[in-house]
Amino acid sequence: MNLIWLIPCLPLFGFLVLLVAGRKLGDPGAGWWGTGIVAASFLVVVKVFFDLLALPEEERSLTQTLFTWIPSGSFKVSIGFLADPLSILMCLFITGIGALIHLYSIGYMKGDEKFSKFFLYLNLFLASMLLLVLGDNLLLTFLGWEGVGTCSYLLISFWHTDPANASAGKKAFVTNRIGDFGFMLGTFLVWVTVGSINYADIGPAAPMIAAGTATAIALLFFLGAVGKSAQLPLSVWLPDAMAGPTPVSALIHAATMVTAGVYLITRLNPIMAQAGWANDVIAWTGAITALVAASIAIAQTDIKKVLAYSTVSQLGYMFLAVGTQNYVAGVFHMVTHAFFKALLFLGAGSVIMAMSHEQDMRKFGNLRKYLPVTFATFMIGWLAISGIPPLAGFWSKDEVLAGAFNAGPAGPVLWFIGLLVALMTAFYMTRVVIMTFFGSEKWRLTDAPHEAVESADLESEAVESMDLVTASVAAADHGGGHDDHHGLSPDHTPQESHWTMTAPLVILAGLSIFAGGINLPFGSDFKHLERWLEPTLAYEHELPPVPVLVLLAFAAIAVASLGIFLAYLVYSKHKIAAKKIERPVLAHAWYIDETYAKVAGGPGEAGFQGLADFDGTVVDGAVNGVGAGVLGIGNKLRPVQSGLVRSYALGISIGGALLLAFIVTRMNL
Amino acid sequence: MLALNETWYLVLAAMIFTIGSVGLLTRKNPLVMFMCVELMLNAVNLTFVTFSKALDDIAGQAIVFFVMVVAAAEVVVGLGIIVAIMRRRQGANADDISLLRG
Repeated sequence: MNLIWLIPCLPLFGFLVLLVAGRKLGDPGAGWWGTGIVAASFLVVVKVFFDLLALPEEERSLTQTLFTWIPSGSFKVSIGFLADPLSILMCLFITGIGALIHLYSIGYMKGDEKFSKFFLYLNLFLASMLLLVLGDNLLLTFLGWEGVGTCSYLLISFWHTDPANASAGKKAFVTNRIGDFGFMLGTFLVWVTVGSINYADIGPAAPMIAAGTATAIALLFFLGAVGKSAQLPLSVWLPDAMAGPTPVSALIHAATMVTAGVYLITRLNPIMAQAGWANDVIAWTGAITALVAASIAIAQTDIKKVLAYSTVSQLGYMFLAVGTQNYVAGVFHMVTHAFFKALLFLGAGSVIMAMSHEQDMRKFGNLRKYLPVTFATFMIGWLAISGIPPLAGFWSKDEVLAGAFNAGPAGPVLWFIGLLVALMTAFYMTRVVIMTFFGSEKWRLTDAPHEAVESADLESEAVESMDLVTASVAAADHGGGHDDHHGLSPDHTPQESHWTMTAPLVILAGLSIFAGGINLPFGSDFKHLERWLEPTLAYEHELPPVPVLVLLAFAAIAVASLGIFLAYLVYSKHKIAAKKIERPVLAHAWYIDETYAKVAGGPGEAGFQGLADFDGTVVDGAVNGVGAGVLGIGNKLRPVQSGLVRSYALGISIGGALLLAFIVTRMNL
Repeated sequence: MLALNETWYLVLAAMIFTIGSVGLLTRKNPLVMFMCVELMLNAVNLTFVTFSKALDDIAGQAIVFFVMVVAAAEVVVGLGIIVAIMRRRQGANADDISLLRG
């Protein structure tokens, strides 16, 4: 009995039940139902995983076709699921983390008036995400791709009564459209080139694709991936997406949806193998995004924004890995990142809850005294993302960097950028930890005149240009989320969260420690992930020789320690003024948003206004002109219809006579 | 000696047809116009029968029956309309009924 179809259908069923009976189930019934159905889906994934494991390596690919979806001549698309090592691995952590975050949300969303709707969206999101991963053809993946985009939009603007949240959702949606355009064109090109959009047909046909076509396909799909995975230049939506509830940030905007781009590129690796310089584009985009985003994260004061830029930066690592055709490292980092970033986001959520929905780190401090569980788990997440062995983040990041080092002549440059990012990552994460959990209890200080001036500055700046983009920037600067009802008084005492929130933290902390074990670099016996993924990969990546590998690992450890030490000097010992590092250009995210707003609002808007005018005058003019002309001629011809039967009869007679004359004269009778 | 060949019949039919069409164009009384149409139809019928005989083909005569049946049906409808109009407005002629002018 093949159970693959159950994996996406269970959350879909959960969604339908919540749609009908969500209000009746209420708080917390709807939450438990949503959590239970996702946990059930996870169990099915585990079952399918063991089914696959029992098969010999080269046969580990199960397809299940339910029915033909679009029969259209030679173009036929089925609703079919493909369970192979790659998709099942994705499903494992999507449903696993998904179930944990559902559980966490029961605590986090407690008392929210749209409690059941939240779980409704979350279940729909998971169904779409699993469809994206399990679909056996590009169109089905695209269906899931759009589904997760829609759910992301709905959940970012979940508290839509605040216009800033609504516009943040809109921004994410619009930015993703640009990427989806690339996805669609890529699908068309694959159909034209290969004659099929099934992954099973694309794989064998890929070596026959001409290099130019393969490059074009790769770049088009990469455009889709850039949109979904928030890489430069389409990275602007992800930091604003933090306007959504924190569990959403953890699930969608850190662990699962944003990795869809990495999944897509990995899935299409047979084409990527032919794509030549498109791979360099991917690698360099990833490296530069990682660097830029990490530099921005250094100067953010909103705890969720630091994590958001950190996510963009880590996604850059993944693209660096897949761009250097080091797919195993890319997927490895995707899995470990899903664990530790979900952990960090949920930890941040727990802190935000404890601080009455305040997200500004400058008002935190010394929270380790009040939130012991959150503190302990957050520390594990911090060490994992900073790249301290033996936690998960070290192993995966090290493999990405080692792979980049070995990638052709530009490899060492890419490696160096990656190392720089590792330094910054350790630095900004240590900064978050010190500002949040150590030092003095800053919310007890009643007046902070300097900070007040600064934030007022930002706000007035945003109000001046009432543009969609700038408005949402302001929203995110403002903290986003439902923190309009700041209740953070100086005598506030933070309290540890409910067990439904701390239990996922503990589990994810455990995973963040041990997940590195799935692919240790001590020889092929330890590389479980590499052996597992091998059947789905067309290309084998060579790692540098062992001595170099060891040297690179030590460099990474040294750099991570240096980053932590520097942050310790700056934020704990105050040996170096923080102002020197937190430059305004970094706090403003390199003015990328402002530039977009200026370009889109200035020449962009003028250009589109011009197009609209052209449409209004020339195109509409032509259409309306034809209409007016016909009407005029009709008016002139109206008198012919006199209503007099005898004049009609005369017309017929004359016509008949003429016809007769014509026939008689021309036919030579 | 004048032989009574088909030319005579054709000339007769042409004359009847002409009378019918001229009557249709010149008279205003709808009833008379209607009768003129019948004249034209029967002139055509006559040519059909003539050619049927001359060419020894029964199809021409068969068509005549069709024409007659259709003409009968048409008369029923046409007369019905004329009676309906006459009931509404006494002594109306064809030129008065021009509601459908453009």
